[in-house]
Amino acid sequence: MASRAGKIGAITAACGVGLLIIGSLGFLLPHANLVSLTPADFFALRFTVLQAALSAAVSCLLAIPLARALFAARFWGRAALVRLISAPFILPSLAAVMGLLAVFGRGGVLNDALVAVGAPQISIFGLGGVVLAHVFLNLPLATRILLLGWADIPTERFRLAQSLSFGRWAMFMHLEWPVLRALLPSAFAVIFLVCLTSFSVALILGGGPRATTIELGIYQSLRFEFDLSRAANLALMQTALCLIATFVMAAVWQPSGFGTGLDRKVLLRGDWSDGVIIALATLFFALPLAAIAARGMAGLMDLPNGFWMAAGRSIFIAVTSAFLAVWAALMLAMARSRGAGIWADFAAMLPLGTSSLALGVGAFLALRPVMPPQNAALILAVFFNAAMALPFVYRLLLPTCREIQSSYARLMASLGMSGWAVLRVVFLPRLAPILGFSMGLSAAMAMGDFGVIALLGAADQPTLPILAARLMSAYQMQAAASVTLWLILLAFALFWLFDHLGGRDAGA
Amino acid sequence: MKTILLAAGGAFLATIAAAETPVLNVLTYDSFTTEWGPGPAIEAGFEATCACDVQFQTAGDGAALLARLQLEGAATTADVVVGLDTNLADAARQTGLFAPGASTETTLPVAFSDANFVPFDWGWFAFVYDKKQLSNPPKSLTELADSEIKIIIQDPRSSTPGLGLVLWVKAAYADGAAALWEKLADNIVTVTPGWSEAYGLFLEGQADMVLSYTTSPAYHLIAENDDSKAAAPFEEGHFMQIELAGRLVGSDQPALADQFLTYLLGDAAQTALITTNWMYPARTPAAGLPKGFETLITPTKSLTIPADQVEATRQAAVDEWQAALAK
Repeated sequence: MASRAGKIGAITAACGVGLLIIGSLGFLLPHANLVSLTPADFFALRFTVLQAALSAAVSCLLAIPLARALFAARFWGRAALVRLISAPFILPSLAAVMGLLAVFGRGGVLNDALVAVGAPQISIFGLGGVVLAHVFLNLPLATRILLLGWADIPTERFRLAQSLSFGRWAMFMHLEWPVLRALLPSAFAVIFLVCLTSFSVALILGGGPRATTIELGIYQSLRFEFDLSRAANLALMQTALCLIATFVMAAVWQPSGFGTGLDRKVLLRGDWSDGVIIALATLFFALPLAAIAARGMAGLMDLPNGFWMAAGRSIFIAVTSAFLAVWAALMLAMARSRGAGIWADFAAMLPLGTSSLALGVGAFLALRPVMPPQNAALILAVFFNAAMALPFVYRLLLPTCREIQSSYARLMASLGMSGWAVLRVVFLPRLAPILGFSMGLSAAMAMGDFGVIALLGAADQPTLPILAARLMSAYQMQAAASVTLWLILLAFALFWLFDHLGGRDAGA
Repeated sequence: MKTILLAAGGAFLATIAAAETPVLNVLTYDSFTTEWGPGPAIEAGFEATCACDVQFQTAGDGAALLARLQLEGAATTADVVVGLDTNLADAARQTGLFAPGASTETTLPVAFSDANFVPFDWGWFAFVYDKKQLSNPPKSLTELADSEIKIIIQDPRSSTPGLGLVLWVKAAYADGAAALWEKLADNIVTVTPGWSEAYGLFLEGQADMVLSYTTSPAYHLIAENDDSKAAAPFEEGHFMQIELAGRLVGSDQPALADQFLTYLLGDAAQTALITTNWMYPARTPAAGLPKGFETLITPTKSLTIPADQVEATRQAAVDEWQAALAK
């Protein structure tokens, strides 16, 4: 059924990911020796899974009312707000930590308010702080995933429900729950996996060694102890968790089974509670963002040497890796929706289960005999960032690809459409908003990535995140905050541009 | 497009020019080579005397430098490594990659000799605070542990200052180290992966004190004209970090590499290091220390752990730290 060209595309994408990840991790795996895992490693494993599961669960639960409210409410500036609340997802993690501390930390807005009313102050550090930060970073993604799902419910279904005088609960059970059931496993798994490899956020907000994650262990064993065996064990643990999560997600997934409509706009009547939910969410997202902006504002025009070259490098990496990620994800998602096996899921999710530090070290070793690794830093950064964005884009595209396939398969077959026609006439127009959002998301994520360039030691080729880190290590905290703010503004501009080019208004 | 071509052409010509002059590859940590670091001044100064081209290769920090050398092994193209420290020296030596070094005169407050490395700057670890916020700083580690003062430290598993503190406590308290960590646990707001996150959080007001160096207040005083920061002198003494440089045995420019190490300990480079790395010079330049350094505290007792005992001490000390803080 699937066309040959489509199959080749998907297999190429899968092989590309496999080569990049396995080629890089390959050097570590021979050192693995699972017998040598210590109690501390299992302690780290437990904390890693616990915080990731909690973060994913809370993000998904909060995303349900928020996505519904955003879908139902109609107000001026709604499209802009939907884009703005996506911003936390693309923040560099240290900037997010600083922003959250300005609100929830010592001397922050919240504690000042508590003091003012005579209540005891709270400390953000601990498991709660880790989950708070991960929810702040990932709730936007979960919300957008669900929002796209709501937009896929055919208008005709809402009309039918209205003419049958469905109440809010009946509407939820019959129309929205099937969508959630199809999308939540996806959203949960992606957020679970992204939190699994968290390092800085977990350590800083976790408040110390109680909050040790597997990624910290990998960092420690590669950087301080040069214990390749331990690094390999921990990297394998991460990959195993990723495969398990991907498998479970595929097992619990059910199609929403709505069939198709005429691709018309939906009208869902909202009420006052939507306004309250949107206002609270906006406050939660906007306060830390405002704090980050305030910190960076002072030196915004006082740019350090090499700023524009660094910005140019970051934008180049962002845009090229985004194209690559979206192409690979589209090939894999179309193939999966048209009958390919779970291998497509594994290929797309594999990068999330891989430590970027382990990958960087692997790439370094692989390149070493061929060329000075720093000469390949820019190109490698493009491929690694594309790989890191792939799982998100894949998860965003897959549900809609499946809906399209289940709705149009018979029509496409009876018309005998070629692979190219299927892509151009059936898939691309319906995927356009998601493709735009995915491009924007991938580009913005790559902008903030510290990643592989730092590991390859290309001293004369810093990107913006590296420039910011160097400023910090030279006491230039103000300049670092300003460069970070520029980074966020540029990333958000890219995100907005692509999301806008995707057409329709955001997510509805 | 035109500028890209021009730049490419320029880079090509530069490559040709460079082929005629010998290249000295210096492997160092990231912040060394930035415009605020000592790299640019040292590069320009040395190139003016050596008829060579200095090229920097970088890794994140001292520990990352060592990890990179361990990865590269004998295939490394570096001629000189600048930025290891005494806590990493023995592990670095065991790679067998370093050539024997010449002994040098230094002005360090402790006797120092190493078969492979020369020191280029050094500092004492200390807890830094804001005088306007904290009027009565603790006078010892014990007093700090008994107080309600909130501190931020770095993780010894990922940062050199973090490891420095763990060795500090071990050097000062030996078998009593675990007990001290248990008392310190409730003072620690959080633990960061590296120095810059911790210092940034401290400047944002998230804690009363931060683990840094006795020289940190000099940065604020000299570069920012801000005299509000100070380091607290502790009765137990202060642990030292001595930063080291060494020549690689596989270098194809051994003479040039030795010449660079000599330059690194000369007046010009030592002067540049003081106000870029914000550390004490290994050999005080003729002009002395810059104005402002006289305001810094001078610990009466310098603590160290001999290089050949660090490896054995480190693992046990970090485990002790982890056990006490994970409770």
